[in-house]
Amino acid sequence: MSKPSTDMNQIEINQPEMKSVVNAPQPTIPLPRGPVPQAPTRESRSIEIKIDGHSVSVPEGSTILDAGRQLGIETPTLCFLESLTPVNVCRVCVVELEGSRTLVPACSRKVEANMSIKTDSERVRLSRKLVLEFLASSVDLSTAPKMQEYMERYGAQPDRFGETRATVAQPVKVDNDLYVRDYSKCVLCYKCVEACGVDAQNTFAIAVAGRGFSAHIATEFDVPLPDSACVYCGNCIGVCPTGALMFKSEFDMRQAGTWDESKQMQTDTICPYCGVGCDLTVHAQDGKIVRVTSPLDHSVTHGNLCIKGRFGWQFVQIQPAENGK
Amino acid sequence: MDLHLTNAQATAEERAAVDSLLGAPDSSWHGAQRLGADTRSASNGHAGSQRHRLLPVLHALHNRIGWISPGAINYASLRLDIAPAEVHGVASFYGMFSLTERPAVVAHVCDDIACLTRGADKLCADLEKKLGAAGSPCAGGRATWQRSQCLGLCERAPAALVSAAGVKHQERVLAPASADSVASLINEAVAGRMPAAPDELSIQLSVPQAEKQNGSALRLLQRIGHGDAASLADYQRLGGYEGLRKAIALGAEGTLRELSASKLLGRGGAAFPTAKKWEALFLQRNLLQEDFRRAHYVICNADESEPGTFKDRILMEGDPFAVLEGMTIAGFVTGATKGFIYLRGEYPLAAERVQHAIDIANNNNFLGKNLLSKSFDFNIEIRRGAGAYICGEETALFNSIEGYRGEPRNKPPFPTQAGLFRQPTAVNNVETLVNVPGIIREGGAAYAKLGTENSAGTRLFCLCGHIARPGVYEIAMGSTLRQLIELAGGVAGSGKLQAVLLGGAAGAFMAPKELDTPLTFEGTRSIGATLGSGVVMLFDDSVDLRRILLRIASFFRNETCGQCVPCRVGVTRQEEALQRLIAAKPLGSAAQELNLIREMAQAMRDASICGLGQTAASALESALQRWSLFA
Ligand SMILES: Cc1cc2nc3c(=O)[nH]c(=O)nc-3n(C[C@H](O)[C@H](O)[C@H](O)COP(=O)(O)O)c2cc1C
Ligand code: SF4
Ligand code: SF4
Ligand code: SF4
Ligand code: FES
Ligand code: FES
Repeated sequence: MSKPSTDMNQIEINQPEMKSVVNAPQPTIPLPRGPVPQAPTRESRSIEIKIDGHSVSVPEGSTILDAGRQLGIETPTLCFLESLTPVNVCRVCVVELEGSRTLVPACSRKVEANMSIKTDSERVRLSRKLVLEFLASSVDLSTAPKMQEYMERYGAQPDRFGETRATVAQPVKVDNDLYVRDYSKCVLCYKCVEACGVDAQNTFAIAVAGRGFSAHIATEFDVPLPDSACVYCGNCIGVCPTGALMFKSEFDMRQAGTWDESKQMQTDTICPYCGVGCDLTVHAQDGKIVRVTSPLDHSVTHGNLCIKGRFGWQFVQIQPAENGK
Repeated sequence: MDLHLTNAQATAEERAAVDSLLGAPDSSWHGAQRLGADTRSASNGHAGSQRHRLLPVLHALHNRIGWISPGAINYASLRLDIAPAEVHGVASFYGMFSLTERPAVVAHVCDDIACLTRGADKLCADLEKKLGAAGSPCAGGRATWQRSQCLGLCERAPAALVSAAGVKHQERVLAPASADSVASLINEAVAGRMPAAPDELSIQLSVPQAEKQNGSALRLLQRIGHGDAASLADYQRLGGYEGLRKAIALGAEGTLRELSASKLLGRGGAAFPTAKKWEALFLQRNLLQEDFRRAHYVICNADESEPGTFKDRILMEGDPFAVLEGMTIAGFVTGATKGFIYLRGEYPLAAERVQHAIDIANNNNFLGKNLLSKSFDFNIEIRRGAGAYICGEETALFNSIEGYRGEPRNKPPFPTQAGLFRQPTAVNNVETLVNVPGIIREGGAAYAKLGTENSAGTRLFCLCGHIARPGVYEIAMGSTLRQLIELAGGVAGSGKLQAVLLGGAAGAFMAPKELDTPLTFEGTRSIGATLGSGVVMLFDDSVDLRRILLRIASFFRNETCGQCVPCRVGVTRQEEALQRLIAAKPLGSAAQELNLIREMAQAMRDASICGLGQTAASALESALQRWSLFA
């Protein structure tokens, strides 16, 4: 029997002859930014390294963080997220690599054969402590419980920098009905920029602007969100580790003092709007939806949604009484 | 890209500024009038490929208008297919660009450490009296003046730079400057009567050695003052392009052998063997033929912004063809066909002279296709920096050229694996490259005989501060600091030396008792110092070192890119602690503050991404080790 004719291999494609040289990009034309292209490896080798005296074997291409996790070592992270390209800017994950002049970031440094690593040396503890103190002394971390844990673990004392220290304190931006931006809680982890840009949404409504201590996340000239390119997918909220980006519903309840996670129920479901069928986790308190997240480990959507799945749940809450009117 | 823009419109002048660089837009998708055909076609599918022209576009706007408006950002977005938030993010990264309306004429007046030793305080105070506070409008609202950090003119301190935006953008250096000369130049600029030349290179003021000797013992400075820097004929008469000819005769491998034998180490600060860097690209050359998407790049790092450094400026102003020849040899060895010179934005004369040399070299087959009639191509393009010290860091420099914010990348991958446009790239300092033609001409072994075992060759030093004859000096490595100071006429000011800053803001202080330290990589390392960019800045006993330390700390606070936490917050907290100590209002005790400074220094050194954060505390720490300044 002949193969069905829809088999792509069977179709004779009548292509015009390629004018290869003319059409080929010249070498000086820049390639789009992104990870360094690497030839696909057929079999991934495994690499053995030593962490805190224990040997561990991980597939080539793994990071020191991956290897540590395999040994059950808990490495603090802040700017790292499985679904985003590592930017390695927060430096809270640094570890000591034998032979390296400086500490190296566990979240992005790939393992190499015979590496010997310390994750809890004096140098590591000092740097982690200072990084946490630097952050806590300049940023409001009150809605970042993970950071509080880390600070306890490393004995961070952010008040030792005095009262007159510079901070990023500023008024919260409430310029639309869906989410608020409180950049006095921003640790500048770049995650929202990545989620809005090449790592997920490709909308580029926000970018890092300014330089140094005044570097901050902004739309062009800091115009309000409704004037910007924002499409309200909320994928930035999904990745923000500090609560700087927050559902308006959550923000309002926190303001009113009614936000109470212990009373909340999470329900996994599927977005009813379109055929993509994104996974949703619906968070409800007192029978009302208060926010929506999406699991990061979803193999297709990696936790990303669009405006409908993220914010379009009001219809669920229209009460029958009102309905009947 | 599907762009969403605000309603802000570019003015006709702003459009003209951008179009003068990019040509007229091809369709309404890129900012032209909407024509019938545009409604039936979409033609903006090449997002990213134009991005590397963003910085030149921003320069064009700023040079023409004097600031960058929301409408201008929108037009730049349209023309280059980059989201406006990103264009704004890039523009706001650079110190030279103003994003708020500002007069067309701006005087930048240096109040950095070398100028502080030579009257910067008085200059600024006089200007305040004459023109009003820094940042306020003067000359009938058509000009303003600002304080600036080191302008790379330290041998002629105190220094100022006046720029006048307009159809014909002009700049003019004033060094040494006085309040009168600044004020009158501002008036000239406002009246449209700026002198045509941005500056003159004075051999007498800047290269004292060239005046005394006939250049025989000098290698790097041999031609400066002995011929017309703009003349290719003079360059060749003085040995120019013999190195390139010999390199072509030797072939790439033979050239690499000579370079390796010379033991040349990079002069940009990290002291990496130049031959090794080039070899890494050489070994990847066969991939170039196999994969048309591969390219190799050579970059000349001419961003020189380390306070106290001016040697690269003088090389480019005084011997621009030598920079091109060094780069061309690099292209020949590494297989790169394209070279970039990343040239500091505040160096108008160097830019003019190097561009002139590029044009002449292109016309005479020293650059371009099949150059010197051999089957090898090499082109050079200048890219101007825009007021960001961090863009001298090689990976930040790549991002800057590519049209991104000048934030350093994490290494690995190293530039020789994935550099500019993620392709193998060799970055070298100006002085490193200027060494190369001579090395090839005279042989690597001859070069290695100069200097010491581990520090071969000669080196340029930038003498400034309280020194009798400031300027750039070339000496064989291994001479002592004392000998160098004597060569430059000894200590000026009160005549009593208090301290020497070696290597710039990222370097270290030395005490008078350390003057016999040999100026070599290993000699300085042994006392915890570094040659860095070759700065030798002297301070007499009248200087309040605490003030110098504070100025250095504020330099880092201004210049950190802000990407990583230990540096972004660390340099800020470091400056705050220093301010408290100087005001004698320590938190707890002075000892407690000093301990805090030490802890912060260690975290910055250990956990920062790049060399800026890693060295931001070293000058301060070196001073605290040598003197008890806050007892
Ligand atoms: C913050 C920072 C600024 C730098 N600025 C310069 C510079 O202005 N010029 C330069 O040649 N190298 C500079 N460097 C060093 C470069 O990263 C790089 O090492 C050098 O250009 C390599 O050239 P070389 O091998 O010829 O020394 C800087 C490094 C850092 C960390
Ligand atoms: S807003 Fe949130 S996600 Fe964005 S940089 Fe700040 S902390 Fe990170
Ligand atoms: S979140 Fe958006 S894309 Fe995903 S299923 Fe719902 S409507 Fe479709
Ligand atoms: S060390 Fe400083 S300058 Fe370097 S990447 Fe980090 S913040 Fe930027
Ligand atoms: S988690 Fe590794 S640098 Fe931020
Ligand atoms: S020009 Fe003023 S310190 Fe260098």
